[in-house]
Amino acid sequence: MSAEDGQGEAAPEYLQSFTIVGGDFAAAGSVSIAAKNLLKAVGFPAPVLRRVAIVAFEAEMNVVMYGGGGELAVYLSPTTVRLVISDQGPGIGDLELAMQEGWSTATPQMREMGFGAGMGLPNIKKNSDRLTIDTAPGKGTRLQVEIDLP
Amino acid sequence: MSPTISQIKDWLDAEVLTGSEALERSISMAHSADLMSDVLAFSHSDSILLTGLSNPQVVRTAEVAGILGVVFVRGKRPAQVVVELAEEYGLPLMVTNLSMFDAVGLLFARGLRGWSLVEPGSAA
Ligand SMILES: Nc1ncnc2c1ncn2[C@@H]1O[C@H](COP(=O)(O)OP(=O)(O)O)[C@@H](O)[C@H]1O
Ligand SMILES: [Mg+2]
Repeated sequence: MSAEDGQGEAAPEYLQSFTIVGGDFAAAGSVSIAAKNLLKAVGFPAPVLRRVAIVAFEAEMNVVMYGGGGELAVYLSPTTVRLVISDQGPGIGDLELAMQEGWSTATPQMREMGFGAGMGLPNIKKNSDRLTIDTAPGKGTRLQVEIDLP
Repeated sequence: MSPTISQIKDWLDAEVLTGSEALERSISMAHSADLMSDVLAFSHSDSILLTGLSNPQVVRTAEVAGILGVVFVRGKRPAQVVVELAEEYGLPLMVTNLSMFDAVGLLFARGLRGWSLVEPGSAA
């Protein structure tokens, strides 16, 4: 990361990234659990780990279901963990609508797995201290989430 | 009211599929859902999860949400790969022939509660 981060506090530094395979429903979620285990090894307290894992998991499911595959990158500072989840998929046309609880374009197959109730993005927002979403039709989707350490 | 998974197993006449070494964990709340996003949004850690789904995402959702054990209702047995995944996480899995309604009712009658009675404000 570069100049955009300079805000007094030390900018989160890159730790590790994981590849998310699009459409692979059997593996979906495994990246988030790997990221959770990474931060557990770093010594994160359980309540923060849980928030990070929930955010990562819902975002990963979206990349698997809609984004056609992408990446989860983890950054760390002494005060914050930053997750960047990105894909080169179709993007989100109406982000305001997508952020509303209950709005979903999930297929029946996704619903059968227990997802597609339109609760993912709202729950990501609820569990994050700062959330930025960059998306446009045909331009992919990039979520940047920061969760502060207690 | 914090029964062990072992007690819950007896109350539900359930069969343990994996995780028999972790049955003495005590459970502080219960959550029932077929919607994994609902588990991720509303469940609390240290809960037991009752569900009618049996795909790998149930086990991953439980791991992410800090769930201590999973009960599959109406005899819904997960595939071996799902059991192996739970084994990897050290997550106990059980199956009961009871319906969701009956399993939940029995646990409630024994004193277990869900988040909306334990911490009504926590949906915010
Ligand atoms: N990475 C993504 N790429 C394209 N569309 C997405 C992406 N993430 C979310 N969406 C769109 O936003 C909607 C709402 O997402 P979400 O709140 O996670 O609910 P759900 O996944 O249950 O549909 C999705 O149905 C989908 O249309
Ligand atoms: Mg989603």
